[in-house]
Amino acid sequence: MTASEPEQESKPERKLVTPGDLIAEGQYKVLTPYTVIKKNDGYYALVVGLATIDDESKALKLVPLQGPYYPSPEDVVIGIIRSLGITSWEVDIRAPSPAILYATDYLGRPINPARENLSEYLDVGDVIIAKIQVFDRTRDPLLTTRGRGLGKVTKGAVIEISPVKVPRVIGKKGSMQSVLEGETGCKVIVGRNGRLVINCPSKDLEEIVVLAIRKIEAEAHTTGLTDRIKEFIITEKVRRGLISGR
Amino acid sequence: MGGKGEKPKLILEDGRRHDGRAFDELRKIKMQVGVLKNANGSAYVEFGKTRVVAAVYGPREPTLRHVVSPYRAVLRCRYHMAPFSTDDRKSPAPSRREIELSKVIRESLEPVVMTELYPRTSIDVFMEVISADGGTRTTSITAASLALADAGIPMKDLVAAVAVGKVDGVLVLDIDQVEDNWGEADMPVAATPALDEITLLQLNGTLTKDEFREGLELALKGIKEIYRMQKETLKSKYLQVEE
Repeated sequence: MTASEPEQESKPERKLVTPGDLIAEGQYKVLTPYTVIKKNDGYYALVVGLATIDDESKALKLVPLQGPYYPSPEDVVIGIIRSLGITSWEVDIRAPSPAILYATDYLGRPINPARENLSEYLDVGDVIIAKIQVFDRTRDPLLTTRGRGLGKVTKGAVIEISPVKVPRVIGKKGSMQSVLEGETGCKVIVGRNGRLVINCPSKDLEEIVVLAIRKIEAEAHTTGLTDRIKEFIITEKVRRGLISGR
Repeated sequence: MGGKGEKPKLILEDGRRHDGRAFDELRKIKMQVGVLKNANGSAYVEFGKTRVVAAVYGPREPTLRHVVSPYRAVLRCRYHMAPFSTDDRKSPAPSRREIELSKVIRESLEPVVMTELYPRTSIDVFMEVISADGGTRTTSITAASLALADAGIPMKDLVAAVAVGKVDGVLVLDIDQVEDNWGEADMPVAATPALDEITLLQLNGTLTKDEFREGLELALKGIKEIYRMQKETLKSKYLQVEE
């Protein structure tokens, strides 16, 4: 049904596939792991998604349209403190297991549990931006807040989207994110786990960014989305009287 | 086998079945995905008057610590019939039959789900029969496989299922409650058409060797049709948005 056909144009075609569909035959480089399986000489889809086959560079990718977040080291995620331990916090990062953040890592110094209470620094419900330091099947993910841009979030709004739509919100080389930020003047921080922190100059602009992100999420599998989002933001700004219409 | 009252005529004079279907005809099928907002994936499947809702949660933190595996996710399945799904009220407590069906359904889905990608987690599948008219296990498998795909859990293929029965000496596809009650045999089959594997094969009653072969072929033919509808259903969810 979906066997690969010879490409006529230079732009690789995209097609909607479901589990078990044959995407391509031959030797290809798979750019998206865990969404494609190789059996004999064929590449088969594992998820519902959009498959792109590039016959020139012999590469194929399958972008899933729905899926869970599964942590991987070096991911920057946005977490919410779930509970407090004696020397560590348990953080919800929308993964199957909660992540651990050690107080020594967050504070950068040893902690004396007899004298200090962790809730003085981070309490249940607080939002943090953190990086996954270690994670494998033998343990729960370990977070670190050492690094630029990481740490506690003190202002802004948090919104959640499907984790598989994160690359679309960022866009090719950050194009979508720069449209969002450039058109509204908001700061958007994107976590790999599908949580976003947005900091906006005004309530109206914040609403526009949220609506734009929801639109990206709903139309992630369509083409020409960046331009449509740009137009959408401008229309919304005119509608709210933030800029004058043409 | 057997049921209440007089045995109805299962094969009519014109060769059609008691509900007017041909011997190799499926019931009217309806499928939908993404029906439940709070589940990670969900599906609703209707085979005539048999209606099933399936929901998938996970991969998530396992609630039972002792079943956790460091090598793969555990797949947990719950097949349940709602008290109002049958003619006589069914006790909501899981019966022996439901526990057994949960197990065979799990075993029919396990070969396709890539559980090795999510170690130390559990993937929970709930199938609720809201209206029962025969073929609830096969409808549940079809719905569960759709819900798993809707949740975005990697799987090698979709699983589709249908039952073949022998009524009044004739092999028929997709038997309903009346045919199940009064027929001579009931054979539910689940298969993965792209992988070309059978993941469930049960037989209640007796069939000769030839009848078995013929029945299996009939079931696989029905499964191919259901499989095609499953794929269409999954795709239609996204094609609606595309202009």
